[in-house]
Amino acid sequence: MYRKKSFWFTVFFVVIFFLFIQYAQTHFDAYIIRIMNVAAIYVILGVSLNLINGFTGQFSLGHAGFMAIGAYASALLYMSPELKVMNFFIKPLIWPLNQIQIPFFPALLIGGLLAACAGFLVGAPCMRVKGDYLAIVTYGFSEIIRVLFNNLQSITNGPLGLKGLPTYTNLWWSWGWAIFTIFFIKRLIDSSYGRALKAIRDNEEAAEAMGVNLFRHKTLAFVVGAFFAGIAGGLLGSLVMTIDPNAFNIMLTFQIVLIVLLGGLGSITGTVISGVLIAFLMEWLRIVETPMKIFGFTIPGISGMRMLIFSVILMIAVLFFRHGILGDREFSWESIFSIFKKRDSMEGE
Amino acid sequence: MALLKLDKVTKHFGGLIAVNNVSLELEQGELSGLIGPNGAGKTTIFNLITGVYPTDSGSIFFMNQDITRKKPHETAALGIARTFQNIKLFGKLTVLDNVRVACHYRLKSSVFSAVFDLPKYAEEEKRMTDESLRLLEAVGLYKLRNEKASSLPYGHQRKLEIARALATRPKVLLLDEPAAGMNPEETLELMKFIKKIRDEFSLTILLIEHDMKVVMGICEKITVLDHGCVIARGSPSEIQKDPEVIKAYLGSGTYARS
Repeated sequence: MYRKKSFWFTVFFVVIFFLFIQYAQTHFDAYIIRIMNVAAIYVILGVSLNLINGFTGQFSLGHAGFMAIGAYASALLYMSPELKVMNFFIKPLIWPLNQIQIPFFPALLIGGLLAACAGFLVGAPCMRVKGDYLAIVTYGFSEIIRVLFNNLQSITNGPLGLKGLPTYTNLWWSWGWAIFTIFFIKRLIDSSYGRALKAIRDNEEAAEAMGVNLFRHKTLAFVVGAFFAGIAGGLLGSLVMTIDPNAFNIMLTFQIVLIVLLGGLGSITGTVISGVLIAFLMEWLRIVETPMKIFGFTIPGISGMRMLIFSVILMIAVLFFRHGILGDREFSWESIFSIFKKRDSMEGE
Repeated sequence: MALLKLDKVTKHFGGLIAVNNVSLELEQGELSGLIGPNGAGKTTIFNLITGVYPTDSGSIFFMNQDITRKKPHETAALGIARTFQNIKLFGKLTVLDNVRVACHYRLKSSVFSAVFDLPKYAEEEKRMTDESLRLLEAVGLYKLRNEKASSLPYGHQRKLEIARALATRPKVLLLDEPAAGMNPEETLELMKFIKKIRDEFSLTILLIEHDMKVVMGICEKITVLDHGCVIARGSPSEIQKDPEVIKAYLGSGTYARS
């Protein structure tokens, strides 16, 4: 009964949300639309990293690497041959990549699938390492991807990057994927597979003794997480119109980890909130980077001041709010219903 | 033919011989005990049977099948379940979910049918839930099914661990010090409980226990380990009279009272 009711509530709000998106796409100014796009991409990244870090308990720092794979793979597929010729002026792009051009959606999907393959390749050997060591191995992976892309000039155009990418990403694409990511991962963690993942997080030895195949489930988390990271990479590439290998460095991973930690390891709701919050804060905090006049002193604008503030926020979160905004709690219609139910019964008395 | 058979199993940890040339047989339906002083290698034997550690030499057979090189999740799927000396529950999961995790290995539906809640998965999920609830009822934790496992009192946690082990549909149940930290009353209840589940689920049980009242009270057969070697085997009354056991385990000449 409740389940059915909350299902229709969810459908209703998703419809309302997309009507809002439609309105925003046509009426909001470009600046806000752009921030909203970034927010959606942060949500995808945060939720997918939370699957690996928060629900499976495998601390991974490889997300930037998966994004890079998704971004490059999809860009190389949806760019037009003429654009490719313009970009690859030092070393031409290898055949058959220089000939093909496919629509945005399948290009994104292929980017995501390639990232998922990379997720499998990283997840499989990571069976042997745990905790901090896993973080180092996955970080190493994303650095390898970055160095590789810097040097594979005939495929990635090296450090020159790809420029002038067509902007397909709009609010429909970005929030459509964000909603799908939330749906998919929420359903996954609530299913029997998700229980197995959480069991691995809580006690690996006991999970294995109860018949949970560690290899299969850990790689499952990595593959699904990497797939959505690849999709987010593809969306980001088409949004900012230019990608180069060095954009996918540790700072980007750090930003996603920040989103997950602030939202709460093991809470999708928290990750969504903090993803949107950080996307907007990133822009609003540009104020601190402009020249300021305080008590008659003129302080020149220092670029990078924003990151300093985020570091402080992260430190405060780690020291005083260890569980982030929501800990491991989730939003549910049931909890909302029960508030109203209580009020009703109180009025009835 | 024995249900579970250890054939001359040896395990070293560096220079320490934890288990030395141990042979052991469990008959179908038997309730037997494994005792010995601290560090005798009892838990190591459990870890060898379930595949947590590989054996150095010797082999282990379960239902005439060689399981020496099997991994823990494979031995669990074959029908060997265990509990842990220091309780290892999935603390953040609910009591019900703890039990349902142990049903997961039987799930046939793919990840996609689980995510999109296809009819086949929905049916399997319902079956898992029903089975888990029945088990919780059997161990008396049904009312606490939605509590977090870590919030349960100690005795309930022990019971939940057993319920979780039962959810893997075991043929052999390995209990590692089930009575540890229990008062005499709880221990008495536990003894009844172990006998009850043995009959109800037609299990073969091997238990490690320091509480002599439990071991002498419910075990039909006892194996005594010392420094990784089997020093005696037999019925409780035989074990109590065995001079080797008295020397190695019970100390200087006093008899254990059961």
